[in-house]
Amino acid sequence: MNAIGPLKTIIDFRRDIAPIRYIGKSSAAARVLNNVSAIAGVVIKELYRRKDFYVLFVLTAVITLVMGSATFFNEAKIVRYVKELCLLLIWISSLVIAITTAARQIPFERENRTLFPLLAKPVTRGEVVLGKFWGCWLAIGLTLLVFYLFFVIVGATRDSEWSLGASFQALTLHWFMLGIVIALTVLGSLVFAAPSSNNTITFTVIVGILFLGRHLNKVALRLDEPLQTLLYSVYYLIPHVELYDVRDLVIHNWGTISWVVWLGALAYAAVYSALFLFAACQVFKRKAIN
Amino acid sequence: MTLEPILRIENLQVEYRSREMGQGTNHALKGLSLSVLPGEAFGFLGPNGAGKTTTMNVLLGFVAPTAGDAFLFGVNVREPIARQRIGYLPELTYYYKFLSAEELLRFYAKIFRLSRAVADERINSILKLVDLEHARKRPIRTYSKGMQQRVGLAQALINNPDLLILDEPTSGLDPIGRMKVREIIQRLKNEGKTVFFSSHELGEVETVCDRVAILMDGQLKAEGPVNQLVQTYQCSTLEQVFLKIIDYKLAA
Repeated sequence: MNAIGPLKTIIDFRRDIAPIRYIGKSSAAARVLNNVSAIAGVVIKELYRRKDFYVLFVLTAVITLVMGSATFFNEAKIVRYVKELCLLLIWISSLVIAITTAARQIPFERENRTLFPLLAKPVTRGEVVLGKFWGCWLAIGLTLLVFYLFFVIVGATRDSEWSLGASFQALTLHWFMLGIVIALTVLGSLVFAAPSSNNTITFTVIVGILFLGRHLNKVALRLDEPLQTLLYSVYYLIPHVELYDVRDLVIHNWGTISWVVWLGALAYAAVYSALFLFAACQVFKRKAIN
Repeated sequence: MTLEPILRIENLQVEYRSREMGQGTNHALKGLSLSVLPGEAFGFLGPNGAGKTTTMNVLLGFVAPTAGDAFLFGVNVREPIARQRIGYLPELTYYYKFLSAEELLRFYAKIFRLSRAVADERINSILKLVDLEHARKRPIRTYSKGMQQRVGLAQALINNPDLLILDEPTSGLDPIGRMKVREIIQRLKNEGKTVFFSSHELGEVETVCDRVAILMDGQLKAEGPVNQLVQTYQCSTLEQVFLKIIDYKLAA
């Protein structure tokens, strides 16, 4: 008699195994959502079990708290300056967390070969890409929520003004902008061989757009053809992530922007993220993974 | 009544382009055809580089064939749904090391859309079967190699598969680990599961398998029940048959 016990007890599950059949559109969509959310769950679990993420997270939170509570001559302009520094820190930290997290997802799955048992299940490569994106985006959303919560509370204690509407807009625009960044990074992780090169290239591109994006059309005006057309094309093709930098609204208590404009900006980010993810799915589909 | 094959491979060809200039293409599989019937334990043998792993990679959808087709349960392997009723155990353990065995099984149970109650019941039973109940909450990175291989077997069973694809399931295990894994495979076979596995342990294959196929240079060299092959090639063991087929000359 074996100590493990009769196998019958584990084998009699036949009733709940779905038969193989081609499934309709609605159940196909349900399967995609199920797989994407399952993969995203693992991404989030991995993230909160990593020490480097905690270090950056806690460091940003502590610096925000300390800087926000410091008093310099009781001068209002200095309060704004401190708020500006805090927001800048939040922007840099969230960008670093988003890029480094998204860049390693698929390469690490390939390197550690965890992709093999996963793809041996009824999971498509597209679902893996979407799951990785969804997991990173949700995790960064939660991180931003905590950062902004700190910021709003600290800002309100210094300014005695709760700029909730503007902070909400800043948070959502920031989150959607990071959606573009994460989708671009996931695409980069399938194109570039090493996560480190992907990190550097994506970070340079995003920082380049943040600083130079809005000036490209003006520079193009000064150029001769065909450079002018080329630069104009670049100007219209790149995702203008600099539009999402609405820190001044919060720092100077300027109130909210039009909600229609806000909604349009979210839609613009959603379209760019979808385009990058579509490209990532296509690249991954054609990639040999043996 | 004839049984429909659970696994069918038809004239499968896989070519890889060499990365080096002027090296041409490498033919990993050259028109492989075989089928496995329900309830069979099928041994897939061959020396290193024969094309066993490539065949498994095609069956699992990792590699697209250059020509030919492969079907699982009558569904082309290009369709992800073909993998709904299979369990796959890779040669080496490739699992999320930051998860515990229980979390890993819950993740795969979610992929198969098992309800919470069914998943709980199944995780408990499978962990008991693979003798990992005591370590279910520990991260996989703290497991020994044998334990990791048993986690692999557990994840391959989470959907109660009708077909198990095992890539060298006892590779790198100590004798006790091998015995445990072999015992589980034998019991699954006795329960009517179809088992398709590659192994270099010919004694193990001889014990467990009903039929074997021997592959060399991407081509099928022999196929049939172990007894029949032993008789045909006038040998006393499967190992001798294997050596004869691959034309291995023992050093004097």
